[in-house]
Amino acid sequence: MESFLGRYRNLTILVGVLFLQVLGLAVQVKRADAGDPENTRLIRIWAVDAITPFERGLVWVQTGAGNLWHNYFYLRGVRAENRELKQEIERMRLEQVRLNEDAEQAHRLQKLLGFKEQAIGKPLPAQVIGTSGSDLSQCIYIDKGSDDGIKADMAVITADGIVGKVLHAYPTTSQVLMINDQTSGVGAMLEKSRLQGVLKGTPEGSIVLERVMSDEKVSPGDALISSGGDQIFPKGLPVGTVSQVSPGHENFLNIQVKPAADLSRLEEVLVITEKQEQNLATENNGRVRAADILAERLPSVPDKPPQGSTTGVAASKPGTTTAQAPVKPQGGVASSAKPESVKQTVAVPGDAMANANKSAANVTAVRTVSSQATPITGQATESQTKASPAKAVAPKPSLSAAGLNSGTAKAAGSSNPGQNTALRPKPATPPAKSVQPTSQDDPH
Amino acid sequence: MTLTSVPITYTSGEQIEVYRFSLPVTVGVPVIALFLQAYLPRRLPFFSIFDLPLLVTIFFAMARRNPISGLFTGAAIGLAQDMLGAYPIGIYGIAKTVVGYGASSLGAKLDVENAGARLLVTLGFYLVHAAVYFTVARGMANLTLNWSWRIGILSGLANGVLGVGLYFLLDKFKQRT
Repeated sequence: MESFLGRYRNLTILVGVLFLQVLGLAVQVKRADAGDPENTRLIRIWAVDAITPFERGLVWVQTGAGNLWHNYFYLRGVRAENRELKQEIERMRLEQVRLNEDAEQAHRLQKLLGFKEQAIGKPLPAQVIGTSGSDLSQCIYIDKGSDDGIKADMAVITADGIVGKVLHAYPTTSQVLMINDQTSGVGAMLEKSRLQGVLKGTPEGSIVLERVMSDEKVSPGDALISSGGDQIFPKGLPVGTVSQVSPGHENFLNIQVKPAADLSRLEEVLVITEKQEQNLATENNGRVRAADILAERLPSVPDKPPQGSTTGVAASKPGTTTAQAPVKPQGGVASSAKPESVKQTVAVPGDAMANANKSAANVTAVRTVSSQATPITGQATESQTKASPAKAVAPKPSLSAAGLNSGTAKAAGSSNPGQNTALRPKPATPPAKSVQPTSQDDPH
Repeated sequence: MTLTSVPITYTSGEQIEVYRFSLPVTVGVPVIALFLQAYLPRRLPFFSIFDLPLLVTIFFAMARRNPISGLFTGAAIGLAQDMLGAYPIGIYGIAKTVVGYGASSLGAKLDVENAGARLLVTLGFYLVHAAVYFTVARGMANLTLNWSWRIGILSGLANGVLGVGLYFLLDKFKQRT
């Protein structure tokens, strides 16, 4: 080194002096840069230019070495990470599918709960978890059981319509017999014509409405609702629509029914743990029952019959039930009648009305007596409805005045005994002017 | 004319005489040259084509025949000249350093004593000086300078002529070592 410097001493010094001057010049010179509005000293630019290539070189080497290591020599880690990422993608996809399903389920449940608020008292949402696995048995399994309050014969429905009933309730699951099973039976009726029948499944898994006479008018598209007669499904629930009507056996129609609920794609159902007959009340609000009409039209005992009128006594033979109410005798009471009591005849169907038409006797009042007939204190027994028609006498004028025929009288007499159909006094009803009881009618 | 009177002769190191200068001459001549170079162009505008510091640098370098002495002389005179100017300090310094080094190196090889040789040497180093100056000024200081060969050669010849006269004047201050 020393020999080199000694040999080229002058040149070395020249280079040194020039370098120093260049360095000094660089300290002074400012160079405007496009990105720098202020002048930058050349020495700084040179310093940066002198240093940064090494830095870039070092960074390049470092990055290259890192990339070389990570991208080529460390492929095992990359592969493992790749596998993990793929698994993560799969998990995310499954999660996405599940979330989509949850969203759909939420929509369905919202719809279901909306229906729940409308009709059913205490439904229990349940998830369909399985089927019977056989075409011969149309059963499904739900994820709620006796631990959740489910019992056998509870109705299972959806927002669209009825599904079936609980066949067996296990602690955590329940078996539901669907309405398209051939062993099932649901009381149903046509919504418009109110014709009732029995909904049964077929071996093929379809549904038919049985017990509908062939002379009834049923057309495809008619809606079917539950009649409530099976004591399982509340009345008024959608059952399905008539899809096909054809003549069947023994003067019955063969009515094919398309179920309202899609029984092949059930996912969530409602189990009715408590029934609430609110639909009946709803229906009754808009309809007037025939018994009520009769109760409004049938004559009753006037509070104060007009003077001069006679009171006929319709009597029945001993053994027939008559309502004997101890009432105070009123003016015009038939002579054959005991002064302390007035015998009340019972509206009877059939021939009783014919006999009543034949009777010319004037009667004071004819009542359709119910078990809780209040205007006249008395008690009616069940045999009232079984009174012999031949023994019962009903005065014609009263019936004719009421505008009733035998048919309507029959309907009135066969009204539900549980219903309060007691007649109220009808002051406006004109009393009969004369009463001539026959000897047959007067037991006395 | 004998062989010894040839202006430029190739001689060995032992045959070339080395001169030295007193300190006042060493300092005073460059200062005067710098002063005149700064002062005369204001009175005589054409004098701006001359470069008295360059001529002094060439003279001292060739007289001393020592490259180190020549480069430092050139560096000092050049830096001083830069200080008088508006450009960054170092442009003339670098250029005159190169000229001082070259002139001293050439003086060590050649005997430059006659006027013709001095004219040619001065012309040549003027061009070298101009080349280095333009290079540094344009390359480092980012100065915009225009070069004209015609003006450059004419200026070189003018400096050579002035140098020949100046060198004979300065020869009076030579001292034999």
